[in-house]
Amino acid sequence: MTEPLLQLRNLRVTFPGPRGPVQVVHGVSFDLGRERLGIVGESGSGKSLTGRSLLRLLKHPAKVETDRLIFDGIDLNALSEKQMRNIRGARISMVMQDPKFSLNPVMTIGTQIAEALRVHENLPRTEVKTRVRAMLDQVRIDDPDRVMKLYPHEVSGGMGQRVMIAMMLIPQPDVLIADEPTSALDVSVQAQVLDLIDTMIVGNGMALILISHDLELVARYCDRVLVMHRGRVVEELEAGQLHAATHPYTKGLLAAVPRMDETRKVLPVMDRDMEYDQ
Amino acid sequence: MTPALSIDHLFVRYGRTDVVKDVSFSVKPGESYALVGESGSGKSTILRSVVGMVRDWRGKIEVDGMPRQGRIDLAFARHCQMIFQDPYASLHPRRTVDATLLEPLKVHGIGDRAERVVQMMQDVGLDPRFRFRFPHQLSGGQRQRVAIARALMLEPRLLLLDEPTSALDVSVQAEILNLLVRIREERNLTYVLVTHSLPVVSFLCDRLGVLRHGRLVEEAGVSALRTGTFAEPYSQELYDASLGAGDRDLAALQEATRGMGM
Repeated sequence: MTEPLLQLRNLRVTFPGPRGPVQVVHGVSFDLGRERLGIVGESGSGKSLTGRSLLRLLKHPAKVETDRLIFDGIDLNALSEKQMRNIRGARISMVMQDPKFSLNPVMTIGTQIAEALRVHENLPRTEVKTRVRAMLDQVRIDDPDRVMKLYPHEVSGGMGQRVMIAMMLIPQPDVLIADEPTSALDVSVQAQVLDLIDTMIVGNGMALILISHDLELVARYCDRVLVMHRGRVVEELEAGQLHAATHPYTKGLLAAVPRMDETRKVLPVMDRDMEYDQ
Repeated sequence: MTPALSIDHLFVRYGRTDVVKDVSFSVKPGESYALVGESGSGKSTILRSVVGMVRDWRGKIEVDGMPRQGRIDLAFARHCQMIFQDPYASLHPRRTVDATLLEPLKVHGIGDRAERVVQMMQDVGLDPRFRFRFPHQLSGGQRQRVAIARALMLEPRLLLLDEPTSALDVSVQAEILNLLVRIREERNLTYVLVTHSLPVVSFLCDRLGVLRHGRLVEEAGVSALRTGTFAEPYSQELYDASLGAGDRDLAALQEATRGMGM
């Protein structure tokens, strides 16, 4: 068997609290090949912290410990901050939730995407421009030359998110971490953006980690789903096997979603304080 | 019977653009009506013009037979209240739950205040020990319960709900939806709900209107959501886009069992 692209063992994240340290992620482990992995959980389940820990983005006062964090044969824990910067963006990149807050408001879209490329590669100016135009074309922006000159406030949310994806994919990373990439978008645009991420991932043979609170959405776009609850992975499922979920938390989560052909008078709710056995 | 809310040829203008164009619909007393559409379709703007948060509108808005005018109206506030999307933004950060719930009673000179506050907190499923907490000391679901309690303090007949659950987690959303169904039954309320989530409409409403670019393109009963048949292609598109994977699985499963002659 080949070595997985990314190996994570026993991730623990702790924050200081008024009554001593609070552990928010309790030993998350997984292997990632060139596949699409979904991480699902509610607010506070630790899903976003897990995503950020992979890039070592969590700063003081958060305390992050792992037994093993290996990416493509490189031990990420052993890297200096400077070496880590060569990994971030170039090899593993991340799409955040809201394009409004993640794009630089005073730089044109073309310059921002070009910057993402220039930081990691030394290319002549004309080459950079061609690559940016080709990238915008790939994320299905109709008129790349016009859009390159626009500022982030001049584009819609869906287009902003496509620009973000273009920026993240232009250095041709191996892993894309998408943290709630569509929560700030409309239903009809959501599907377009996810379809786009999907084709880019499959087309370039990359790995995807899709973090979301929406179980069904994740199941639709991933091969494998990890369900997180209170800092632990409670269940791992094949995407097509959602209805075969055995863990009470996953089942509760699925049942609590209203359906399109709703006939139930009352939706089942979960016992919030329930501690699930490991 | 006088409709609880009647909107007739409504136009709303922001600057030079009409964001709501010639919208007419009416909601019967006791009915639960949903306005659905994408961002920018004008659905929230319609609610905001009903309560007077938007001034520049033309047409006719009648609440329980009384035409709306552009001024502050205590009787209207007692009749109609609104609940907003983000409970953190809609509650005063430096007021306790108690102060938030007392405010409408003070404005309207209603007595027995302490008892009413405690009673209302129990009605919406908030433990009375949260009475002197600030919004930041509550979870998202608890905050939305406070917002609902605040809206119910004056015992209104008509509730306008602007995306009441889209800022909440799925399990919390289920609790709040159950609460909304229960108080509607107990108090015989009329709901006008704005949302982009069709499954929520299916759970909470009787009828829906689909808005696109400020125009009402279709009105349908929720049965259209169950069967998935809309007259307008745009509504159908919206419907298809919001089908969850679970619904699709279910549809595929039903298809398969039918094929097997079961």
